[in-house]
Amino acid sequence: MASYIGSATPRVDGRAKVTGEAKYAGEFNVPGLVHGYVVESTIPKGRIVRIDPSGALEVDGVIDVLTHRNRPQMADKDDAYKDEVATEKGSPYRPLYDDIVLFSGQPLALVLAEDWETARVAASLVKVEYQKAPHVTDLHTERANAFAIDKPEKPRGDAEKAFASAAVRHEAEYFIPTEHHNPMELFASTAIWDDGQLTVYDKTQGVQNVQQYLCGVFKMKPDAVRVMSPYMGGGFGSGLRPQYQVVLAVLAARALKRPVRVMLSRAQMYALGHRPATIERLALGAKSDGTLDAMTHEAIAVTSQFEEFARNDTGWGNLLYRSPNAKFEHKLVKLDVPTSCDMRAPGAATGVYALECAMDELAVALKTDPVQLRLQCYSDRDQGADIPYTSKQLRECYREGAAAFGWDKRKAEPRSMREGSDLVGWGMASGVWEALQMATTVRIVLTANGHAEVATAASDIGTGTYTIMAQVAADMLGLPIDNINVKLGDSTLPQCPLEGGSWIASSVCNAIANTARAVRGDLLKLAIGMKDSPLAGAGVDDVALIDGKIVSRRDATRAVSIASAMQSGTADRITREEANKVAEDKSHARNVHSAIFAEVKVDEQLGVIRVTRVVNAVAAGRILNPKTAHSQVMGGVVWGIGMALHEETLFDHRFGRVMNANIAEYHVPVNADVHDIKVIFVDEPDEMVNPLGIKGLGEIGIVGVAAAIANAVYHATGKRVRDLPITLDKVIQFN
Amino acid sequence: MTPFQYSRANDVADAIKQIATDPSAKFIAGGTNLIDLIKYDVEGPSRLIDISHLPLRSVEPTSAGGVLIGAMVPNTDLAYHPLIEGRYPLLSRAILSGASQQLRNMASTGGNLLQRTRCFYYYDTATPCNKREPGSGCSAIDGVNRINAILGTSEACIATHPSDMCVALAALEATVHVTGPAGARIIAFADFHRLPGNTPQRDTNLEPDEIITAIELPPKGFSANYSYLKIRDRLSYAFALVSVAAALELDGDTIKEARLALGGVAHKPWRSTAAEAALLGQRTDATAFAKAADWLLHGAKGYGHNNFKIGLARRAIMRTLDQAARGTPQSNSDKKIR
Ligand SMILES: Cc1cc2nc3c(=O)[nH]c(=O)nc-3n(C[C@H](O)[C@H](O)[C@H](O)COP(=O)(O)OP(=O)(O)OC[C@H]3O[C@@H](n4cnc5c(N)ncnc54)[C@H](O)[C@@H]3O)c2cc1C
Ligand code: SF4
Repeated sequence: MASYIGSATPRVDGRAKVTGEAKYAGEFNVPGLVHGYVVESTIPKGRIVRIDPSGALEVDGVIDVLTHRNRPQMADKDDAYKDEVATEKGSPYRPLYDDIVLFSGQPLALVLAEDWETARVAASLVKVEYQKAPHVTDLHTERANAFAIDKPEKPRGDAEKAFASAAVRHEAEYFIPTEHHNPMELFASTAIWDDGQLTVYDKTQGVQNVQQYLCGVFKMKPDAVRVMSPYMGGGFGSGLRPQYQVVLAVLAARALKRPVRVMLSRAQMYALGHRPATIERLALGAKSDGTLDAMTHEAIAVTSQFEEFARNDTGWGNLLYRSPNAKFEHKLVKLDVPTSCDMRAPGAATGVYALECAMDELAVALKTDPVQLRLQCYSDRDQGADIPYTSKQLRECYREGAAAFGWDKRKAEPRSMREGSDLVGWGMASGVWEALQMATTVRIVLTANGHAEVATAASDIGTGTYTIMAQVAADMLGLPIDNINVKLGDSTLPQCPLEGGSWIASSVCNAIANTARAVRGDLLKLAIGMKDSPLAGAGVDDVALIDGKIVSRRDATRAVSIASAMQSGTADRITREEANKVAEDKSHARNVHSAIFAEVKVDEQLGVIRVTRVVNAVAAGRILNPKTAHSQVMGGVVWGIGMALHEETLFDHRFGRVMNANIAEYHVPVNADVHDIKVIFVDEPDEMVNPLGIKGLGEIGIVGVAAAIANAVYHATGKRVRDLPITLDKVIQFN
Repeated sequence: MTPFQYSRANDVADAIKQIATDPSAKFIAGGTNLIDLIKYDVEGPSRLIDISHLPLRSVEPTSAGGVLIGAMVPNTDLAYHPLIEGRYPLLSRAILSGASQQLRNMASTGGNLLQRTRCFYYYDTATPCNKREPGSGCSAIDGVNRINAILGTSEACIATHPSDMCVALAALEATVHVTGPAGARIIAFADFHRLPGNTPQRDTNLEPDEIITAIELPPKGFSANYSYLKIRDRLSYAFALVSVAAALELDGDTIKEARLALGGVAHKPWRSTAAEAALLGQRTDATAFAKAADWLLHGAKGYGHNNFKIGLARRAIMRTLDQAARGTPQSNSDKKIR
């Protein structure tokens, strides 16, 4: 039997998704379901003086209006609201807790009605009177109030001095605006209250995180709360923390003793977390031989007034480029907005964008080819921790990516390549992310008929977790993939971390391997117990499960079928639950890498930019499923196109409000913006990173893409645009 | 949102009768704009009178040599109608550059004329807006106004009319057939939409109790030398920052007649008789095009974020005229500017 691991296996949940059989959080219907609609604040800061729900209560079909004044009890300590991803410092937001307004779009009331339309109509009749307070939402005007976060990256040498005396210098600021995730599926929760037992269908990337959070907020026993999220219509980080609608749904279900669904509108989702607007300053100093001598990376990012959210923006240079002198600084600015949150490659999407644009500018200053510069500065060690990598095939990424792109035909001079009325530009960048593994437990139930259920509390946020788990389990158990049933997204299943950070594939698959080994051990015991067993004397690692049989690795003719082994032991099922082994070993750095090459065509007169080609060469260890992996990276590239050219949450700072809170005006790339994308997986065997050699590739697809495009735009036009998105009016001075 | 009644109109007379009895009622055709506005609480009609079943769905040649388009003809059907593709390709291209396939399938010819502005503040009831709430102020003038107007603006409002189709209809000098309690009348396209002035709440000169029944195209379609160029922030499914409809009648390389209209820059499709006159008798070259652009953009004024539109419009006008003159109209399917 051919191996499923490494083969382009179609999604096992594909049929359920296209037929509508796969249900999402807002689709679980129960008799007597009550619908909640949120009334949000229209001001960013102040107090609620009065909420008048009378207009809403008069509407036929309205059951109640919940506000901070009449809601059921909730915990009153910060700790109760701290979910797994909560920031270390600060007080997590408490929905409907008190009269204080912390951001525009904050939920102030929940209108509950027999149907959703009635709730929505009634919500518009709730009157809120505010006492406004002065607010700030603009990072640029508030940057003077930035404060440093506690644990900055360690400096090396004296970066300032080295920069001052460097032969060639580049120094600049880059800017990334606020961006929102905009997953297709709206945030929704359906809470079912049944005599003290609570079942919640929630849109989340971590059912157990939400379960623990709800236990804290509502002071409930773990046994009494079950959270489920079998499918998710995109998360991208927006579903890592419990979102406020789940609290509202549970509050209402408790108050009414009825099942309640709260679904947010698209506009309301712009008051959830977001990628923080960030200013990045890079100062790079090189010797005349083109090696780096000084690297300074500073970031100033937005957080809310009540929590300090920060991700690693500045440390990536340590992983990519050798520099004896380096300095890093990460600051935050508190604004009257919701707390920023993780969004696809948090920290790296922004930090590496700035770093890789700066490297391009340095290459120009040095009159060196951008790939050449990166090879000259290539680091075989994580300089921050001063350790080597378990594997790092980034050189190969540059080589294969450049070859596939045809980089050698590039003319160095900006504006030197043309096609009709278009200026043609070629740019490149590097990408880097972490290869993490988190403690995970997987349960396998193998039945005598040769079927297995494989279960853990992970969420499949659309990346293909169901599919890779089925592939790995099928291989490890020696069964056809159709005989594997994967169960996910239920807090009562074995422990699993949040789906994020690109760690799920490595975590769940290594846990499957361990659990499958335990199952194999049980089967072997049964087989050995058979009369004249051909496997007598074999140990668990001397045999493998292949084609429904327990087979000696040394002599394939010595085998016992799984069915007869189980029959002989009168076992109708074998149930095992094991965890992966998360390496404590800190002697090696674990990372994934990529090299991105982009071609843009820019109309010389009109400034219209098209990204006509992108090659993304990725080294991410073992690729479990080239098909879903390709989609994942391609999606990252498309998002990178959006980050480079389209995405921006537009604020009117006078009102402290988002002005383009809908997907007609918040632009993401559409088909016409996406041309030729080639994804290459560079061979990277790695037995050190974890037993299966899996590094994960959720995030890496987007990292560096915006930089490659920005660098290509410079190469095409000679114009360096350092604030995203690169719109036509930034490329051309029209007036 | 306000609850509303729903009724269907059986025929045009019934539609007029229904709207006359209920001044806060609204017609609904494709609903692609009105429904959004209701959801955003910008519109709150007491009744929706569904006119989408009215027998106004034909595209027919007129005895005068033009074409009469029923108000309920979906945008998609109109764009692909052989009479339009063949004789008025400018209109076809303009329609296909707008919205998305799904929206064009729903959107009606009449509704397209009456779609409201995309000004961000108009849709956000938490902010002042004279168009939504006369007298409350214009948030866009000193606000996020990248998408707003540069021509024909007023102190009260700097909104644009967002339609692509209307830019082509303006250039083609279509007329709008309407019927009301006082009978039928025909409105020249240039007189249909209004400038904001002191009454930005009124987009058009259509009376609230009137219904659009048809659009009439005059015989001249400029099918040899035309182009519709739309410049936007992504390559499809975005409203125009600036769009240009150009139609020329040539004698060799001399211009015998010219039509030029801009979208995305004003409260209505923007034309200038001086600009078109300046092209008459000229050779199809950059000098003539630049002069026309200057005339057309005469008096243009930026409000900060949208300053670039003036220069962009100038270059877009020149490019579109060039495309029209060369007979290489901008295509909608390859997303490349020609
Ligand atoms: C996301 C999005 C993107 C879009 N992009 C573009 C674009 O790029 N370019 C573009 O041109 N358009 C674009 N549109 C707008 C779209 O073209 C219009 O919404 C559509 O043409 C309106 O037609 P409708 O039939 O749906 O109108 P409706 O929404 O049904 O009606 C609009 C208004 O017209 C009135 N009305 C309708 N028909 C009549 C009639 N016969 N007589 C009197 N009154 C009438 C209604 O009462 C209502 O006030 C976009 C729309 C959306 C939602
Ligand atoms: S430009 Fe017009 S529509 Fe926009 S805010 Fe001002 S008045 Fe309202």
